[in-house]
Amino acid sequence: MAELSLSRVRKVYPGGVEAVKDIDIAIPDGALCVLVGPSGCGKSTLLRMIAGLETITEGDCRIGAGRVNDLDPSDRDIAMVFQNYALYPHMTVYDNMAYGLRNRGTPKDEIEARVQEAARILEISPFLDRKPRALSGGQRQRVAMGRAIVRKPQVFLFDEPLSNLDAKLRIQMRVEIKKLQRALGVTSVYVTHDQLEAMTLADILVVMSKGHVEQQGSPLDLYEKPASTFVASFIGAPPMNLIPVGAGENGPQATGLTGGRGLAVPAGGATLGVRPEHLMVVAGPVPDDALGITFPVSAVEAVGAETFVYGPIGGSGQEIIARLPGKALLAPGTPVSVAATAEHLHLFDSQTGKRLGP
Amino acid sequence: MERKVVFPQKLLPYLLLAPQIAITLVFFFWPAGQAIWMSTLLQDPLGFSVQFVGLENFQAVLQDPAYLATMQRTFLFSFGVTALSMIPALLLAVMADRVVRGATAYKTILVVPYAIAPAVAGALWLFLFQPSIGTIAYPLRLIGIDWNPRIDGTDAMIVVLIASAWKQIGYNFLFFLAGLQSIPKSLIEAAAIDGAREIRRFWTIVFPLLSPTTFFLLVVNLTYAFFDTFGVIHAVTQGGPGKSTEVLIYKAWYDGLIAQDLGRSSAQAVILMFIVIGLTVIQFRYIERKVHY
Repeated sequence: MAELSLSRVRKVYPGGVEAVKDIDIAIPDGALCVLVGPSGCGKSTLLRMIAGLETITEGDCRIGAGRVNDLDPSDRDIAMVFQNYALYPHMTVYDNMAYGLRNRGTPKDEIEARVQEAARILEISPFLDRKPRALSGGQRQRVAMGRAIVRKPQVFLFDEPLSNLDAKLRIQMRVEIKKLQRALGVTSVYVTHDQLEAMTLADILVVMSKGHVEQQGSPLDLYEKPASTFVASFIGAPPMNLIPVGAGENGPQATGLTGGRGLAVPAGGATLGVRPEHLMVVAGPVPDDALGITFPVSAVEAVGAETFVYGPIGGSGQEIIARLPGKALLAPGTPVSVAATAEHLHLFDSQTGKRLGP
Repeated sequence: MERKVVFPQKLLPYLLLAPQIAITLVFFFWPAGQAIWMSTLLQDPLGFSVQFVGLENFQAVLQDPAYLATMQRTFLFSFGVTALSMIPALLLAVMADRVVRGATAYKTILVVPYAIAPAVAGALWLFLFQPSIGTIAYPLRLIGIDWNPRIDGTDAMIVVLIASAWKQIGYNFLFFLAGLQSIPKSLIEAAAIDGAREIRRFWTIVFPLLSPTTFFLLVVNLTYAFFDTFGVIHAVTQGGPGKSTEVLIYKAWYDGLIAQDLGRSSAQAVILMFIVIGLTVIQFRYIERKVHY
């Protein structure tokens, strides 16, 4: 067990492309850190740098007390689960899991014990004699996990391990990974582009964009106080409504909007953010400090427990989404008024996208 | 189970196959049939008398100690050529696989020998090992190794071996390189994280995963060594000195076209054909099963 820290880490490819820019992340012992972001944001590169599969151009990567920048992957005491599982096709499941231990000269009976134990935890004991090609996707995933846990490494690295599974299996494995990581208490870094996976797994959530960290912290912190419009629209589904507003006498100014007194909109205007789930249907006037939005309904999606209501607002014609509980009986074409209370309103700089105020 | 797509056309498939079938019939089955027929005949060199003798030619050939010696030599030679062309090719492919810049140039250079005609390749090596002025023979002599393929049978054999293998290295290299490049990078990375260093990774991951390629090349190279090395041997040693570099294919040609014993020459050709068929069957039956994962 060890903590993992990255300080001022950069990756510049020959040719000058800067894939990872000045990243500082500290992961305490036993915590699970999720790197999330759109494809090409540098999250996989960063993971591969921790693994030692990519060189670190600048900065320090430390596992425990030691700086590992110049160590071979085999000397870093890490285990990695690959997106395509990377199981050795010519070896049985048993040999796949035993390979890393054999390479390190672990005694035979200990290998046997550890592989059997891992197989029991992951419920793959009946398949130990099979080759990977005779396994289903979910079973391969378990073998890949097994190969990582038998080693008892300092750090687990996961590179989008669930993206090749179907939706149902993905949720099941997500829960299992979380439980397993908790039980083993191994510091982990997990890369994904799925924000839901990121939210549910992370102790520390790091949102990346274009090679830099947009925001890091606990998942709920990021949800409640997104540091930028990028994080606001990336975390949460459906994404936060972002509405360009002007500066009015008593707060934000935009067609179709009322209230919002107390929001300090700068003279040049700003972007107002409000999550779909914080909008409630209201009849009559809204309090001054709350935000009221009136828009014509253009589409309604009823999914049972909740209903998504879409419509364009004001002059800008920008689409907004409201996530209403239960079955909202709204017909397309009719106007609807929704409101969000003051604590659920966010304000961002319209140029930089950075959060304004607390 | 996979479902096969069935097309309704009856004639088209045969039409499309016709050119290949025609070539196979004219250039393989017809000569092979001729050889089998001729191997049962006894003809005088001028072709005046032809007599059917059944399997007597085979009996005579197989009882001939010179023939059995040639057969032994051929096996040694063929496995020698195969090893000598595959091992360096694998080594070169592993090296070239690591090259990022100028990879195409390396590949092109390494494949060139394959495009050289056997006789030219033979002549090239003949020059290199020419006892008095050869580029390799001369320095060898300076350090005290008296290398003379014109007199010494073993020396001659080594030259023929090298020349035959050298020509095939480029071909093997290409296949090995393609094989190496089809191994997913993530497997190598997983092995690296699993604590295997370069050499161990090669023997435990890369080499086993290359086995289908290796197996294929084994079949191709053995067949090459049995049949296609005629040109090189003819150019370099003409089977000599003595009979020290005479292999089965060379002997069959010599006995038939030079010694004018068509019956026995055909019998040899038929035996050679069965040897190669046998080798190929063994390879596919017993080895192939183990190389697919």
